[in-house]
Amino acid sequence: MAATAPPAAPTPPLHERLLRIWETPPGLFGILGTVDHKKIGKRYLVTAFAFMLAGGLEAAVMRAQLTAPNQRLLSPETYNQLFSMHGITMIFLYASPILSGFSNYIWPLMLGSRDMAFPRLNALSYWLFLFSGLFIYSSFLVGQAPDRGWFAYAPLTEGAFSPGLHMDFYALGLLFLTVSTTVGAINFIVTLFKLRAPGMSINRLPIFIWGTLTTSFAVLFAMPSLTAACIMLYFDRRFGMHFFDAAGGGHPLLWQHLFWIFGHPWVYIVVLPAMGIMSDMIPTFCRRPLVGYTFVALATVSTGILGFGVWVHHMFATGLPDLSTDFFSAASMVITIPSAVAVFAWLATIWHGRPVLRTPFLFAAGFIVLFVIGGVSGVATAAVPFDRQLTDTYFVVAHLHYVLVGINVFPVIAGFYYWLPKMTGRMLNERLGRWNFWTMFLGFNLGFFPMHIAGLLGMPRRIYTYPAGLGWGTVNLVTSIGAYVFAVGVVLFLVNVLWSIRRGPPAGPNPWDAPTLEWATTSPPPAYNFEVLPSIGSRHPLWEDRLAEGAARSVLDRGPALDEGRETLGITPLDAEPSEILTMPEDSLYPFLLALSLLVTFYGLLTSVWALAIAGGVLVLAMTVGWLWPGPEPEAA
Amino acid sequence: MLQSPTYLRTFGPIGDRVAALGWSLLIISSVVVLVVSVLVLAGVWRRGTRSFAPVERAGGGLRWIVIGGIVVPTVILVVVFVLTMVTQAAVASPATAPGLTVRVTGHQWWWEVQYLDPSPDRIATTANEIHIPVGRPVRIEVAAGDVIHSFWVPELAGKTDLIPGQTNVTWVQADHPGVYRGQCAEYCGLQHAKMAMSVVAEPPAAFDEWLARQRQPAAPPSEPDLKAGAAVFAGSACALCHTIRGTMAVGRIGPDLTHLAGRRTIAAGTLPNTRGYLAGWIANPQALKPGTVMPAVPLESTELQVLITYLQSLN
Repeated sequence: MAATAPPAAPTPPLHERLLRIWETPPGLFGILGTVDHKKIGKRYLVTAFAFMLAGGLEAAVMRAQLTAPNQRLLSPETYNQLFSMHGITMIFLYASPILSGFSNYIWPLMLGSRDMAFPRLNALSYWLFLFSGLFIYSSFLVGQAPDRGWFAYAPLTEGAFSPGLHMDFYALGLLFLTVSTTVGAINFIVTLFKLRAPGMSINRLPIFIWGTLTTSFAVLFAMPSLTAACIMLYFDRRFGMHFFDAAGGGHPLLWQHLFWIFGHPWVYIVVLPAMGIMSDMIPTFCRRPLVGYTFVALATVSTGILGFGVWVHHMFATGLPDLSTDFFSAASMVITIPSAVAVFAWLATIWHGRPVLRTPFLFAAGFIVLFVIGGVSGVATAAVPFDRQLTDTYFVVAHLHYVLVGINVFPVIAGFYYWLPKMTGRMLNERLGRWNFWTMFLGFNLGFFPMHIAGLLGMPRRIYTYPAGLGWGTVNLVTSIGAYVFAVGVVLFLVNVLWSIRRGPPAGPNPWDAPTLEWATTSPPPAYNFEVLPSIGSRHPLWEDRLAEGAARSVLDRGPALDEGRETLGITPLDAEPSEILTMPEDSLYPFLLALSLLVTFYGLLTSVWALAIAGGVLVLAMTVGWLWPGPEPEAA
Repeated sequence: MLQSPTYLRTFGPIGDRVAALGWSLLIISSVVVLVVSVLVLAGVWRRGTRSFAPVERAGGGLRWIVIGGIVVPTVILVVVFVLTMVTQAAVASPATAPGLTVRVTGHQWWWEVQYLDPSPDRIATTANEIHIPVGRPVRIEVAAGDVIHSFWVPELAGKTDLIPGQTNVTWVQADHPGVYRGQCAEYCGLQHAKMAMSVVAEPPAAFDEWLARQRQPAAPPSEPDLKAGAAVFAGSACALCHTIRGTMAVGRIGPDLTHLAGRRTIAAGTLPNTRGYLAGWIANPQALKPGTVMPAVPLESTELQVLITYLQSLN
């Protein structure tokens, strides 16, 4: 051996050096301390999906109660807790976090970077999400889950009408969660401006990036409203303040305005990244670039902005003057146009392409139909006088499920079929995938379309039972059957994922022959993502030889290796010129410990054990100091 | 199906105009959904393949976005918006000024109904049943006694919220005699599901007669059974929460029972107003409507019987 050994100490190959730098060590420290965006992304996906299953279970129990008139399966207390937790879970703990999961995993790969801009903040936002979700769900352990709906209209939530801890879990749990969401949004925005591959100017961003970027800005502007509302609610309940108490000089409508100023943008927050997934996936399967890229990018951003001008359409029956309802009616109709632009961009891409009928595309095609149904029923709710009939009936329940299941769940399942091979290195089963699609698509429509009819027949929302003789029995029976078929579809999906992880055929780096950067590295990608950092010459780096879009070429196999420490390349925000080498943080327990300290604080606030709350606060401060304490940074230069 | 309180088959001027708008929107919506679905299916049918074709950039396609994504939706939305505004203007106020104002106050979980009058002794109070004269607009003032509720009679008009701290005003008119079911439409807690009411539209003469009777106090009991029943009412918990005008019972927590026997239902549309249901309701309200403010009133069987006889005499 000595004879064949090279004379000098060998430099290990590049990929080994990079692995040594980037790989999270195994063991407890690695589990709790990792800042790898791919691990965090997968945790987000798994956690959010688990919450979705919990929310689905709640819905399944409710549907059993509503199958026929005058059922006595659930007490009104239980039913009210279930429908409240179903909404809270799906809106807050599933719909947005699942998209954060995809964004966390995919963004650095799509942008050609080695991690997110603030990897430790990234870990923090995950732990905060997990702990706030567990905090809210711990309410079930004491039998006091929130029971005033996800919208929690005051004064029904005030101490006088809502004794117990139910709505304290709500106010504090959401407050807790807003920290996570805000931290995540800041991270995405800075990542976009600083960590794109050189050459990836803003007209070369995948639409998914546009979606999450728009969403992140919307979060920054929408969240403070929810935060304020939750603090006020907690103060009203715990300290007898009067923000929402008319008798004390407050006003119940203050809650509604604050809640919907947050709440309506939130709808777009949970659909725009999902629409982005579709806008990037449909071209891959249609074997051509997206028709009208610029239109779709602008539509995404303008939807995010217009989304802040429509909140009053939730309040048309509250007695506001006609002039203000008309303004918001018009705004709510205008926001349809960017959506129509996106729909026809997808249709044109299909008609001018050669769609490959694989499972992700089936979900995409189904999504377009559901999107349009949810869209037109939304226009109906924008028409003030008709909305005063529709609002708070099952028609709106149907509408919002077409929006949230159609435009969030379908793209999410499509996203799993599309990207899971990247994450695990294994394909999902195509035949099972078709069964999965058709069961979910038919089950969904069988279950949720009749809800429109129940609403038109005058059935209000949020009722735990209904009398016989009003003609609501049949539609509810059909709805329940459809909901269970849909649930079977979700189970088929889980079976497929488990099959894929054990037996799925190897995926290779780019099983779909897709154009974007995440497909340029191995499946699953190594801890450092790319051996050399790529630079970008067009919108479709992996297709550009075939498309001949211009002279510029992306360079994927040569570039800075940055193998002397945890480093990635920083760029100028607009032109994407390389500007600096950024040192990235090591793994750390501080994000986990900080989130845990905050959990202690919130349990202190919940139980009014102020010593516990203060102790938690001190711990939060200590962890922050520890986090920011200048350590022996590995000197790269 | 036919008994459903649907707002697509209506019996008054507001409901009719809004139903027309609703049908237009539903038809336009169905056409849009149909066209897009056909485009998706036909696109997949005509262009779809099983294998990955080579990547290429076929020209064109922008026309789809300009026509389908911008021009056509803009035209449709302008039409929809104009229809909306025209309808809203048409239902904003009745053709003739209403001569009658009814004040509806929402409580967890029942409706207090007052027929307002400049002189306080002519104000008639009832609950969960609103009588109106056919063919005449009635002004409705809505207020909340505790939390937010929403006043909604689908076959006559859309919703108006009852909000603590403000009084909202709307109006209804029924052009055909009948009983129209209404139900609270804003989630208001435990028994939101059992907070119904009805609007009874009757010919003006019958209505005037009804209102005149509602203004009267209860007739003093004449027969021994009724006197015994009145004594039970006055001597038990009943009188603490309920009013029977003309007696010492002036409680304000529950519905005014002065003319209870004339109502079709009890417990806010939950139960028919019959002897059996009345007995069940008084003996064990929590079993029929868990969480209701009405407590179980422990009474001897004979006391209960005379009490119900008395209540059923309150015409």
